[in-house]
Amino acid sequence: MASETVHHTAMTLSEHLPILEILVPFVAAPLIVFIGRRELACPIAFIASAASFVIAGMLLSQVIDGSVISYQLGGWAPPLGIEYRVDTANAFVLLLVSGISTLVLPYAKASVARELPESAQTLFYALFLLCFTGLLGVTITGDAFNVFVFLEISSLSTYVLIAQGAHRDKRALTASYNYLIMGTIGATFFVIGVGFLYMATGTLNMADLADRIENQYDSRTVRAAFAFIMVGMGLKVAIFPLHLWLPNAYTYAPSAITSFLAATATKVAIYVILRFLFSVFQPGFLAEVPTLDLILYPFAILAMFAASYTAILQRDLKRMLAYSSIGQVGYMLLGIALLSESGLMATMIHLFNHGITKAALFMGVGVYVLNGGGSFYHNLRGRGKTMPWTSAAMVVAGLSLIGVPGTAGFLSKWLLVEAALAQGMWPIALLIVASSLLAVIYVWKLIETLYLAQPAEGLQDQNVPLMMMIPLWVMALACIYFGFDTDITLSAARSAAEGLLAGSAGMR
Amino acid sequence: METSFAILLSMLLPGAAVLSNMLLRNSPDLRDGLTLGAAIATFMVVLNILANVGNTTTETFTFLTVMPGLELAFNVEPLGLMFALLASGLWIVTHLYGLGYMRGNNEDNHARFFACFSFAIFSVMGIAFAANMFTLFLFYEALTLSTYPLVAHKGNMAAIKGARTYLGILIGTSIGLQLVAIIWTYAVAGTLDFAKGGILQGLIAGPSVAILLALYAFGIGKAALMPFHRWLPAAMVAPTPVSALLHAVAVVKAGVFTMLKVGIYIFGIEFLAESGASTWLMWLAAFSILAASVIAMTKDNLKARLAYSTISQLSYITLGVALASSMGILGGGLHVVMHAMGKITLFMCAGSIYVATHRTEISQMTGLGRRMPITFIAFLIGALSIIGLPPLGGSWSKWLLMVGAVDSEHLFILGVLLVSSLLNVAYLLPLVAKGFFLSNDTDAELAQSAEASPLVWGPPAATAFGCVVLFFYAGHIQDFLMPIVAAN
Repeated sequence: MASETVHHTAMTLSEHLPILEILVPFVAAPLIVFIGRRELACPIAFIASAASFVIAGMLLSQVIDGSVISYQLGGWAPPLGIEYRVDTANAFVLLLVSGISTLVLPYAKASVARELPESAQTLFYALFLLCFTGLLGVTITGDAFNVFVFLEISSLSTYVLIAQGAHRDKRALTASYNYLIMGTIGATFFVIGVGFLYMATGTLNMADLADRIENQYDSRTVRAAFAFIMVGMGLKVAIFPLHLWLPNAYTYAPSAITSFLAATATKVAIYVILRFLFSVFQPGFLAEVPTLDLILYPFAILAMFAASYTAILQRDLKRMLAYSSIGQVGYMLLGIALLSESGLMATMIHLFNHGITKAALFMGVGVYVLNGGGSFYHNLRGRGKTMPWTSAAMVVAGLSLIGVPGTAGFLSKWLLVEAALAQGMWPIALLIVASSLLAVIYVWKLIETLYLAQPAEGLQDQNVPLMMMIPLWVMALACIYFGFDTDITLSAARSAAEGLLAGSAGMR
Repeated sequence: METSFAILLSMLLPGAAVLSNMLLRNSPDLRDGLTLGAAIATFMVVLNILANVGNTTTETFTFLTVMPGLELAFNVEPLGLMFALLASGLWIVTHLYGLGYMRGNNEDNHARFFACFSFAIFSVMGIAFAANMFTLFLFYEALTLSTYPLVAHKGNMAAIKGARTYLGILIGTSIGLQLVAIIWTYAVAGTLDFAKGGILQGLIAGPSVAILLALYAFGIGKAALMPFHRWLPAAMVAPTPVSALLHAVAVVKAGVFTMLKVGIYIFGIEFLAESGASTWLMWLAAFSILAASVIAMTKDNLKARLAYSTISQLSYITLGVALASSMGILGGGLHVVMHAMGKITLFMCAGSIYVATHRTEISQMTGLGRRMPITFIAFLIGALSIIGLPPLGGSWSKWLLMVGAVDSEHLFILGVLLVSSLLNVAYLLPLVAKGFFLSNDTDAELAQSAEASPLVWGPPAATAFGCVVLFFYAGHIQDFLMPIVAAN
């Protein structure tokens, strides 16, 4: 009898996994504030994040065969009720976001303890969890308006988190303000677009939207909605000409936040673009409206070259990495623009691989910053000798950023070039490899500084907290591991690409 | 020993040497002794493979599958086995020489130096036993990255600049061109496995064949085909043991070895011959041979002259592939060995002169031959082998290449090879002639110089002897390589 009850509870719990994914961090955030104990804040956040990670893994294992979980919030059936909808594409992103967060939190404990005053630390973790919740919510929901709600939850907490960098450098305040303005414009554009869609269809549920706009692709309202949503999300992704908020935000935010955001926030925004392009508007719409050729290709290629070139010119490592991120977004857009299964696979894989690579790099920068004051190249001279472990991890992640064979980055590049060749897009394939040579230059500038420059006078070796070193090395080793073992990433990416290309049919 | 296990062991041993060098940075004698042990053991393991396998091609064994079609897989075939024997055998000699050189010159960072050196050998073993183009490319890039710190070893501005050129050209060509070629091959053929007779026949036609070959030929920057040759002179800022083993043997031979592999197992010799796609490559290689020789004559710096000589000699092997005939391929394969033995001798002699006198310019070496007879005689033997005179090994590979040129009815190439030999005489022998026959009475410092330690002059003497031995064993090597060109 007792065992039956347990069994029953387990059943219901597993049915509620989609909401638990969101609810655990969402409840843990105020809990941290109520308990109010600084030393408990990080452990609670870590446990919540780890729980989300486990749940995301369970969700992915349920949908990786191509099936879809539809969860009705409060038992209200869509399209009136809010629906959470898990397929491979977003389960994969959920796994990435929660995985990165679970690794960043232990790192944050040591780094935040030194970067923030004690009074701000408890609230920091609460906000971190809110931001985390927002990102997960954006990813998991199947309701267009709900995307906006979660987007604002994550954005608002992000603004505050970036501003926390002001305890170290006051410029974090302007960076945060800048992002606040740009981010709000983006979110507003997005919600205007969703409003137009509602006007044209009378529904907000994504699957329902897809059905109802199928016969009004030439409606001006629908097309305007498309434009608003793309530009709005483009701002959050930092697609090349809309990227101006990003370098400062990444440079002045606390190190832990930069690692977290670089690996997750833009990736989630890319996922939203994917979801709207393929599941709501569907490939049919894309064929009718020449968006991809006119918008995505040029801006993707512009990002790959202009942002990478700008990265070479930087004298601050954080800023260099930020520009590199903008350039790398170009690859992901390119994969989308190819409009093929292999192209989307490349985008999904790169989303993941670039996420772990950038997280490792920004974690490394955080370690340097704590042990010597700055992330300018002249602060990093000769660190290969004084901080060998950190620098070695930076080299590994840097090689992955270039896409050297044997690293995760290589597979992204391989799939992307293969996808371009499969479409007969010769010039695109050559542009991809050419732009990755720019990555060689900016990564090698770092390696030369670390290993070949003479260390500045009076720099003593400091002990790096193990809690920072372990996450850094886990990330760095992941860059190598996922360069060889692609079972999880590749099958998830393939199944995600299939689901997305099936359009609204893939949502059932 | 199981072949698959032996292959792994031949890579694990240099890998272990990397670790022991890193961990034992404070006990030099133990560290260097262990590395020597690893070098000898690696050579023994490769010999064991030779004894078990001979010149057959073994079953491919897959170490792990990255994704379907992209496998980390190894096998043994004659060309790769020959390359592995060459590299591991010369590693022993060069390690001893390196000890004498690094200690004799009081260079810094010995542990890092020997760790990177061992890593380079590890990569070479991976290249030699790679069963598909992906595996080969992986280790090809690892070789570039592991030799970069060796080129930048001195850490001064000249070294950093040289290393930048080195890395820029090697990574630039490999990612910018070779990777595209590999992915293209994969897209067309659906596989990257090295297979007898090639994997592209019938799948690609017309000008595409020549374009793909160009992507490979230029993408394999380590083969130093003009105009992508400048990394090799730039790499001469490295300590001489690096120039000797890596930039006369391991790295550059990895380049031409890859060329041979691509020619034989990706395109297939017959396919290349039928499609005529390699004709342009033949002319370019011929141009490279002559142009590099002419440039070599203008260099007064001994290592720079040797570097340009290497560029010229590497193009012999590329030429062998481009001739697309059995004899051309055999000649190219044989030249890998012959040139390696000759050129490592020349470089070690250059290093020996540097350790003894700290001189780098040829014009400063007049009369030095009488002070350092062993070094100069070794240099003479190495030079004669490079020129291709009997009774030295180099004569056979040139002979085969000439036969190959006649076979494919390119008599002009015959002329190129002859002129090149004359140019070789003109830039290699003056050093020896001036060293022995002219005396320099005004240079007091020179009068007091003498041979450095036996660790420095012994190894070049040994490899010079090797050049003589190879003359008599060339037939065996040729027979050994025969299966790669034999009809299926």
